[in-house]
Amino acid sequence: MRRAALALVATVVGLVLLLGFKTHSATSTASPPAAVSAPTGSGSSGSGSSRSGSTSSPSGTGSGQSGGTAGQSGTAAGIKVTGSSVGTQYGPVQVQVTVANKKITAVTVLRYPTSTGRDQQINSYAIPVLKSETLSAQNANIDMVSGATYTSLGYIKSLQSALDQAGL
Amino acid sequence: MSGVAAVPGLLPTGRLPTRHVEHVMGTVVSFDLRDEVAPTVLTDAVEWLHRVDRTFSTYRSDSQISRLDRGELTAADCDADVRSVLALGSALAKASHGYFTVRPAGRLDPSGVVKGWAIERASDILRAGGSANHAVNGGGDIQLAGEAAPGQPWRVGIAHPHQPGELVTVVSGRDIAVATSGTAERGDHIVNPVTGRPATELASITLVGRDLTTVDAYATAAAAMGNAAREWVLELDGIAAFAVPAAGAPWWSADWAAVGSVPVAA
Repeated sequence: MRRAALALVATVVGLVLLLGFKTHSATSTASPPAAVSAPTGSGSSGSGSSRSGSTSSPSGTGSGQSGGTAGQSGTAAGIKVTGSSVGTQYGPVQVQVTVANKKITAVTVLRYPTSTGRDQQINSYAIPVLKSETLSAQNANIDMVSGATYTSLGYIKSLQSALDQAGL
Repeated sequence: MSGVAAVPGLLPTGRLPTRHVEHVMGTVVSFDLRDEVAPTVLTDAVEWLHRVDRTFSTYRSDSQISRLDRGELTAADCDADVRSVLALGSALAKASHGYFTVRPAGRLDPSGVVKGWAIERASDILRAGGSANHAVNGGGDIQLAGEAAPGQPWRVGIAHPHQPGELVTVVSGRDIAVATSGTAERGDHIVNPVTGRPATELASITLVGRDLTTVDAYATAAAAMGNAAREWVLELDGIAAFAVPAAGAPWWSADWAAVGSVPVAA
């Protein structure tokens, strides 16, 4: 379970990376996706903008998972796992996920690049989008991703890349 | 073991990692092995892909395909693998009414059949080496062997062509092949060989069958056909289809429900 949870952290970091890549390379054009302007979600867990893990997750199954390991703590609402800080070309990224019933119920981004004004501008909408995308991909519980053929460069941005990072 | 060092990413202990990522054939191939097997098994599969690249790449002027195209070699001079791939290409061209071709831009370029064939053969190598349950994903086209875990089929997310990072549907099964073709990643790179114009009707089409060689080539042909593929896939035994048109709602074949879900984010 701990291994699975750490894998999910890696997936989230992967998604941070891919979002960072996307937003930095298309700063002037992209209007923020719809999910951005909906911080107070419509009942769905985990999509809010609050920091600590949502408590609305289904009956906690932290049972049998006496944490004890560094960076991990269990509550009735699930297990919180903090990933190690990952250096990206834009700065360090560190995330914490809450896992219940083998699904991510909340994502908290602990560290993200804020060195420039543009970083802050990007993060203000990239981070909320990250949360909703992570939840939908995780809920699908998939092993592989099929899509129109990607090149080596395209792979960096692919969901498959995030999955591979989670498994390594 | 010297063979182990040939695969970057293998643990120094010699234990096989569950996953391996290899940059080869102009794309990235992801391996996911669910059984403990000897490390040399993965090494063999990876080396096979590099051998295919050296033999078939149209980007290498010294590959047999490039030399065959320039007339420096005859088919008889080439490896038996080259002859069987060209024969496969002819059969696929016939079955797809000319929408699949090994000369998509006039020059000899069997890439449309080589990749699926190479991935399927890599899967065969793994299976022969004792890996009964694994997935090999070559740039988005996947051969799956066995199942993800005892009693649990593989689950493959199909990337949404219009919404990066989202899935449009999920495929589930044992011993299946999944290939997606379309304009989402490389722009208008698929040419309709019948009209000579870029194929733009389908943003993406996913086919599911048993062996990736045919499934991948048929997916390329179906993307070239566009919405007419909806009729054509009915001719194909054991192959289910799901398509996302550039404009309009997704459509899927009647047997899609046996392998995939209806859209989760249409």
